Amino acid sequence: MNEHESFHHPGPSRTETDSPLLALDNLKTHFRTERGLVRAVDGVTLTLNRGEALGVVGESGSGKTVLSRSLMGLLPGSAVTSGSVKFAGQEILDLPMKQRRHLWGAEMSMVFQNPLNSLNPLMKIGKQIAEPLRLHLSMDKANARETAVALLKSVRIPEPERRLNQYPHELSGGMRQRVMIAMALACGPTVLFADEPTTALDVTVQAQILEVIGEQRRDRNMSVVLVTHDLGVVAGHTDQIAVMYSGKLVERAPTKTLFAEMRMPYTKSLLKSIPKLADPSHTRLATITGRPPDLVNPPKGCNFAQRCPYARPKCHVEEPALEPTADPNHVFACWYPVGSPEFTEREAELEAAGYVPATVAGVS
Amino acid sequence: MAGSGNAHLRKGDNVLQIQDLVVEFKVSGGTVKAVSGISLDVQRGETLGIVGESGCGKSTTGRAIMQLPSPTSGSIVFEGDELTSMKNADVRAARTKVQMIFQDPVSSLNPRRTVRDSVLEPLEIWKRGTKEEREKLIDDTLESVGIDPARAAESRPHEFSGGQCQRISVARALVLDPTLIICDEPVSALDVSVQAQVLNLLEDLKEKYGLTLVFIAHDLAVVKNISDRVAVMYLGKLCEVASSDALYAHPAHPYTNLLIDSIPEPNPDADHTLGEVIGEPPSPVNPPAGCRFHPRCPYATAECSVDEPRLREIGAGHFVACHNPVTVTH
Repeated sequence: MNEHESFHHPGPSRTETDSPLLALDNLKTHFRTERGLVRAVDGVTLTLNRGEALGVVGESGSGKTVLSRSLMGLLPGSAVTSGSVKFAGQEILDLPMKQRRHLWGAEMSMVFQNPLNSLNPLMKIGKQIAEPLRLHLSMDKANARETAVALLKSVRIPEPERRLNQYPHELSGGMRQRVMIAMALACGPTVLFADEPTTALDVTVQAQILEVIGEQRRDRNMSVVLVTHDLGVVAGHTDQIAVMYSGKLVERAPTKTLFAEMRMPYTKSLLKSIPKLADPSHTRLATITGRPPDLVNPPKGCNFAQRCPYARPKCHVEEPALEPTADPNHVFACWYPVGSPEFTEREAELEAAGYVPATVAGVS
Repeated sequence: MAGSGNAHLRKGDNVLQIQDLVVEFKVSGGTVKAVSGISLDVQRGETLGIVGESGCGKSTTGRAIMQLPSPTSGSIVFEGDELTSMKNADVRAARTKVQMIFQDPVSSLNPRRTVRDSVLEPLEIWKRGTKEEREKLIDDTLESVGIDPARAAESRPHEFSGGQCQRISVARALVLDPTLIICDEPVSALDVSVQAQVLNLLEDLKEKYGLTLVFIAHDLAVVKNISDRVAVMYLGKLCEVASSDALYAHPAHPYTNLLIDSIPEPNPDADHTLGEVIGEPPSPVNPPAGCRFHPRCPYATAECSVDEPRLREIGAGHFVACHNPVTVTH
């Protein structure tokens, strides 16, 4: 992809083709550091259709945030990106900066984890929401103000007119996150990236924010990429889930399939570590021992092998590739997946030894 | 909720008894009524969970126990001693027995000191043991929380992950051999996988050191996992107090039900839509009259806006402050 000077608001008509809205092919984002090359995102391939919600799940350091920042062009100068990212069929990684700016904010926008740090503390809410409207859509002041009120209303902020004249510190955490969502929605994006949008919030507010994002997705036929460490958050609000571990995809499946038939031991461990209300109190939680590997010198073989109670010698030598299951939409990278004879055998051994099933309990 | 009363207080071996605790802060434009007359007790070896949204007064309650700051009124009796009327020097001595762990593990450690020095500091302040004894205690304690003592001696907080920093904070709380540890949202800044490690660690240490815990959090699933008894708070008042299993099996207060419904269940087939309760808590500067939850409550009647409900027993050890509880008996 080179000469794409024609990237001015192609409009919704482009999605009438069958091609996915967003297609990543072997995307790599590496950082040059004093210690060496950090392989933060290391060969991710996935697609996202219009109106679809994708959950990207992993621990801190899995590369999930760098992945979404790579797509939003929010990387520091030390980053080296390679591979391909196509938005509506058009390669965007090598687009000139001027044209990419039309994309970000207008076509693709983002909501961050900490709403207080993402808002300008010295600027009134109304002005902050109006800014992208005036910049990208060339609205006049009155028009932008009117639209800002409508946006605040759409994310269910009470008394929207009054909020326009308030500063971020005058709003609660949940309200600030709604303002962030309103700003992200301002130019009618086709993809919304939400990076841990609810992690800093109360559970009650989290539920409301996820509902607002879902509502806007349906109303606008917008795609959503929900980045989180919590499988509980993505279970009810996504169509498909991509599980990341040390920069790589380790499992991807439609949401219902993933929860019904997860194959990668890492996915299972993440699920098992969530405290369940249905379990009696003092139920021992499953944990994942150790920490993710050093991304400068990733281990040989499977990156998860060092922490995986089901790993066998082969796992430490040969890296498993993403393989499809019977369902071509469900892929995973593991030599001895959940349900395989080797996995079942090891699980029986672990249980006999008194470990919490599916992963080893204990401290790192 | 949002009620008063002491019907739920127990007799017996109480490490901590809080009675009619009131904490208010003067601000321009009024008084923040952070905690408005709550009573709680914690028995020896028990874990009491306090759960509620931001601004419900749960952290203020935890800090009031530590006299940080002293409460506006009410009584806090720790091991038979009234903390609120103590002289400052005595409060400081009592605090060695009541330790606290905070939400943000990285900022609660001094970034310029090695983590070993941070863990050692309480022992030096109180001149506990000889140098050799202190060294031995630090090594043992760091090991019991899963931190390599040698690495702790040469590393500063930024060289550890969030989960490891929280373990270090736990070690620092443990070295003075406390009776009670107040854990204020100790896992809400952590990944679920690390959260599980810290929760398991707290359970292990409680057993090993014979601790009593107060565990403050907004996530009812986390609180249920670690607690024996749970107190649900809303806007400075108690809504419901029960054993953690009973609270989940028969949540009686509409607010408790809201908290349960809000937990993102890791099951795509579960109902992920919210119930009828909407909005966010009102300002604690002007809390609503009657039951403080009534403006958000789908079951509120005329009575609720006038008459504040008192805690009453609806099952063995299960207390609720509500005129129209969801589950009446069990």
